[in-house]
Amino acid sequence: MVGQRKWSRRTAAIVFLTPALLCLLAFQLLPMVSSIIISFTDWDLLTHWTKMNFIGWDNYSQVFREEKSYTAIRNVFVFLLGYLPSIVVLGTLLAVLLNRPIRGVKLYRAAVFVPVITSWVAVSIVWRWLLNGQSGLINYLLSMVGIQGPIWLQDDLWAMVAIILVTLWKDIGFVSIILLAGLQDISEDYYEAAELDGASAWSKLWRITVPMLSPTLYFVVTISLINSFQLFDQVLIMTNGGPAGATSTIVEQVYRNAFQFNKMGFASAQSWVLMAIILASTMVLQQVQRRWVVYDR
Amino acid sequence: MTGRKKRVANLASHLFLALLAVALTFPFLWMLTGAFKDNLEVVAMPPRLLPSRWNFDNFAEIEAYFPLYRFFANSALVAVATTLLQLAICTMAAYVFAKIAFRGRQSLFVLFLTTMMIPAQVTLVPLFILFSRTDLIDTYAGLILPGIFSAYGTFLLRQNIMTIPNELMEAAFIDGASYYRVFFSVIVPLVKPTLSALSIFAFMSSWNNFLWPLIAVNSKELMTLPLGLSKLQGQWSTEWNLLMAGNVVSFVPIFIVFLFAQRYFIKGITMTGIK
Repeated sequence: MVGQRKWSRRTAAIVFLTPALLCLLAFQLLPMVSSIIISFTDWDLLTHWTKMNFIGWDNYSQVFREEKSYTAIRNVFVFLLGYLPSIVVLGTLLAVLLNRPIRGVKLYRAAVFVPVITSWVAVSIVWRWLLNGQSGLINYLLSMVGIQGPIWLQDDLWAMVAIILVTLWKDIGFVSIILLAGLQDISEDYYEAAELDGASAWSKLWRITVPMLSPTLYFVVTISLINSFQLFDQVLIMTNGGPAGATSTIVEQVYRNAFQFNKMGFASAQSWVLMAIILASTMVLQQVQRRWVVYDR
Repeated sequence: MTGRKKRVANLASHLFLALLAVALTFPFLWMLTGAFKDNLEVVAMPPRLLPSRWNFDNFAEIEAYFPLYRFFANSALVAVATTLLQLAICTMAAYVFAKIAFRGRQSLFVLFLTTMMIPAQVTLVPLFILFSRTDLIDTYAGLILPGIFSAYGTFLLRQNIMTIPNELMEAAFIDGASYYRVFFSVIVPLVKPTLSALSIFAFMSSWNNFLWPLIAVNSKELMTLPLGLSKLQGQWSTEWNLLMAGNVVSFVPIFIVFLFAQRYFIKGITMTGIK
């Protein structure tokens, strides 16, 4: 009986786990290992893979020699600088508003969520139209208040501003819904106790809401940071990396090098540099969070 | 707060939220009405929100350039298959990680979790090569397979299944149930809410996915909606009315799903933030 039970447990484990293990192996582990190997070769996909040459760290050093790489990395950091603080501040404000017990709040929650569910491709195409220099609605609205709008997506300064604004527009619902869930976890008791002590709205925000929300804020910052480094869909559709590389990003270059120029080795090296940047910045965040994230509730 | 102060605060909140809601949804309204304008009115200055004549031809005319409804069917097929397979594979694995002990299980689980940290771009090139070596590029299988597994989904379901008391399983075992029986009669019914949220999330990611179809598909017959739309805009960059018609076709289904399953959409999002 015991032996039979043990046998059935082992088979059950194997049967239930095998599909996931096969997927993990085929779509994660094997590609990861090959990606490392390919990144040390000059492989261009056109030659047979048995004929690829190992060229050591050349691809990696080329990543740091190419001006394009610096442009992409710099662009992503410019994006981060505009995007990250705005999404955290605006997302928190919106979450606080959405948490108020007012009538129709569910409708507002649904409305802010609509951009989140839509594909980046559809959204980018709509915004390309809205931001069109001549026939775009945005510049028309600006002209009504006497502002001559830029040719957004063809201007090397405003193209990045447009990408940042549109990404904020699409992501704010996502961020504020996560923060809303965090807010709803905070017990009313804290606020009631603070009110008895005569605390102002401001001090309630800084002494209760922000510290209590800090684990969720930390999560939102991490996710937004990781997503920012992977900026791609909206860039490819809205500006195609232009004008003159002004909105070129790391992933966009990985894509171009691999699938347009067949530089598989170089693209793989670039993707590992991306991985290193993401890893390093999340580690920095991890260090920083110790100072301000409050875990004991 | 005094009654009056409260009223003012509520009014201000309404004002802000209404303004924001309009700003966030207006582009969709513009897209919707744009899809019914003709190609002159769509770029006319000053712009008008509503078309002077509702033009339904755009939805048919777009077919002359691109098989939009074929893209639609492809997207639906890929999204449904991806979602069902992902749920099955992740739930089964989560069951083992939560309830069926064996030696090395913990290290295996850690391995699963580690892959969650690898950005998709790292595996993109080798995945493409693997799929082209196995002749899966330009096939439905090639579109579906990379999405059928999610370490994150496995992790989430495992956390959920762990909360199911062992006594419940033991009782089933005493009644003579096997591990398979327990999985279908005890585990799956109890994790249904999580499964619903995950399925909505998986469906949305697949429906909206762009990068993988972009490299995994060449022929028109296999393109999904986002990919087809991106190609359409490349070729007919000024026919905004047609592009908007295409956008509407890609937006309406996910919007309808959202209206009916709002709770699960939002749960799917908030679950990503679970500590």
